[in-house]
Amino acid sequence: MTAATTSAPARVYKLHARPAWRRVLLTRETAIIALLLIVIAVALATVRNFDSPLTVTYLLRDVAPILLIALPMTLIIITEEIDLSVASIVGLSSVTTGILTNAGWPFELAAVAAILVGTFCGVVNGFLVTVVGLPSLAVTIGTLALFRGVAVGLLGTTAITDFPEVWTDIAKANIPGTPIPVIMIPFAILAIVFAVLLHFTPFGRSLYAIGLNKEAAQFSGIDVGRTKFVLFVFSGAVSGFAGVYFTLLYSNARGDNALGMELQVIAAVLLGGVSIFGGRGALHGVIAGVLLIGTLGSALRLAGVTSDIINVITGVLLIASVVSGSLLGWLQKRRTAAIGKRKGRAGASSDAP
Amino acid sequence: MTAVDTRPVQPGSSAATALVRRIATARETGILIALLLVIVAATIANPSFLFSNDGFRDLLLTPSLLLLVAIGSAVVIITRNVDLSVGSIVGLSAYLTGRMFIDIPGIPLIGVFVGGVLLGGLLGLINGALVAFARVPALVITLGTLYIYRGINVAWAGSDRINASDLPSDFRALGTDRILGIPILTVIAVVVLIAAAWYLRNLRSGRELYAIGSDPAAAHLYGLKVTRRVIAAFVVSGALSGLAGVLYAARYGTVSSAAGFGWELQAIGAAVIGGVAISGGVGTVWGAAIGAYLLLTINRALPILGIDDFWQRAVVGVLIIGSIVLDRVLAVRQHRRLIAQREVDR
Repeated sequence: MTAATTSAPARVYKLHARPAWRRVLLTRETAIIALLLIVIAVALATVRNFDSPLTVTYLLRDVAPILLIALPMTLIIITEEIDLSVASIVGLSSVTTGILTNAGWPFELAAVAAILVGTFCGVVNGFLVTVVGLPSLAVTIGTLALFRGVAVGLLGTTAITDFPEVWTDIAKANIPGTPIPVIMIPFAILAIVFAVLLHFTPFGRSLYAIGLNKEAAQFSGIDVGRTKFVLFVFSGAVSGFAGVYFTLLYSNARGDNALGMELQVIAAVLLGGVSIFGGRGALHGVIAGVLLIGTLGSALRLAGVTSDIINVITGVLLIASVVSGSLLGWLQKRRTAAIGKRKGRAGASSDAP
Repeated sequence: MTAVDTRPVQPGSSAATALVRRIATARETGILIALLLVIVAATIANPSFLFSNDGFRDLLLTPSLLLLVAIGSAVVIITRNVDLSVGSIVGLSAYLTGRMFIDIPGIPLIGVFVGGVLLGGLLGLINGALVAFARVPALVITLGTLYIYRGINVAWAGSDRINASDLPSDFRALGTDRILGIPILTVIAVVVLIAAAWYLRNLRSGRELYAIGSDPAAAHLYGLKVTRRVIAAFVVSGALSGLAGVLYAARYGTVSSAAGFGWELQAIGAAVIGGVAISGGVGTVWGAAIGAYLLLTINRALPILGIDDFWQRAVVGVLIIGSIVLDRVLAVRQHRRLIAQREVDR
């Protein structure tokens, strides 16, 4: 290995070895976006009512919480951690909003408190993962039960459905003149913030370094613990915000709101090309992944397919996306091995020692 | 090792005291004590928790199904993998059980058991093959199959469900009958538990699972058949979930398409509480089994202790986090002790 690099005068970066158009187009992210466009095109051509503005509105409204939470989840998975507790934080935040509003707090204050509760949940996760040094999978399975348990415990089976109409109307409103719901504005802002953070700042680049090799990242001066801690806090805060939105959208604060959403978020993030091994992934792929699952679901529902088939398709897509990756890697390895063998044979005949 | 040990024999190093010490310091002992404390506390608050006929039966019966699934999960986690699809397998197998009784009148009980276990084993084989051959993390694969298996179940069952009247009475009796006062379901679960514990502790292939979980790369270099063992672990997990599905039908009588929903996290939680490290290579099925008992017994004890049963899940969360923190503290202490010992021996 070292002999090869010292003998070659110009270092060739593997990522830049191919022409630019190939580098841009032949990526997982592009594949997912292309798949999304194909699904939209097919749905527009074959499914009745898919092109109505109402479809767009409902589709975006429903996937908004997943879109929001997928942003910090992407960053967390890139550092080779995972946060399974997000849906429970959504539930807890929703219950907090409901209880405080019911207790006579002004809604704005209750919403801020709910986001703070979410942030605190993130702090708990981050503390256990980084300070105590526990595996995040185990920690967040625990906090998944804990946060959900507190949410259900606080409210029992009752549901709070009384919220100021001003705010529920905003949550259900569209951007004037378009079929796009208002929630897409904060989402767009957050998406830009997270995209810049991930792709254009030293902090974001350090996440890839951590995901690829934690020790190397530590030795190159990255504070791995603090970085991960910050990510879990982000995740908690965004989940808290999603919880407030969820509450307003359905005018309903219940302990079991967003039950099981963590798996949907993770499925979408992985489908979007983020590697569960860490160190790989981009936000545009993830957003396309969330939209792909949402659009498929919406189109199939309009076509009269029941929701269980949608689950099957989600699962198949998820498995296909990871298996195809390792299959491609295997084929590539075989090809390079074959080329290497041929070269090796040619070299052996000419300059044998 | 002992033959070359020239140090004088210290008092208290006989086999008996060593056994006592091993039991006293075992990770499983702590969790067992916690379980006993919960039972004692609930019994003091309401003696019928333990001493009534139904109370005693429920105490043994309720956790039996989760126990089977938790054993499978523990085996998979020991190899540094995870199986999230167990809940969906339980659901599918339970529904298949009902369908077999409806569609094949007069089918022998053993046929139903074989059918359920085979289905579970097959689904586990799919998981294992995808994980082992595609070299993709088990978390992703089994998350996918969780959706797929559940989706197939819902598509198959639709809105109908299996009712108790669809099941023959001798099958239903399995869920309630007892041998010497112990429910049959518990007997089945304990037999499986003992077999699994014996296998993991005494057989070569069982020990290899620990080696693979501790360091998959080293295990591969050492010549262990990593692929085959990992697939086998998933097949075991699937087959036990399939068995749990058959018993689910016997125990509850009604099977909807939501049977077994959310069990995957309970089973993993039980294993983690019982000291099976999520990073692989550490833990026993005994621990996982006691963890499963503790989880479900707490659920039943809370209302008796005057705590609203809505708080059950919060208690479960605290338990899981508490036990992994405890494991971490123990590991750090052990690490320090070994370093100190090295200094002394030098």
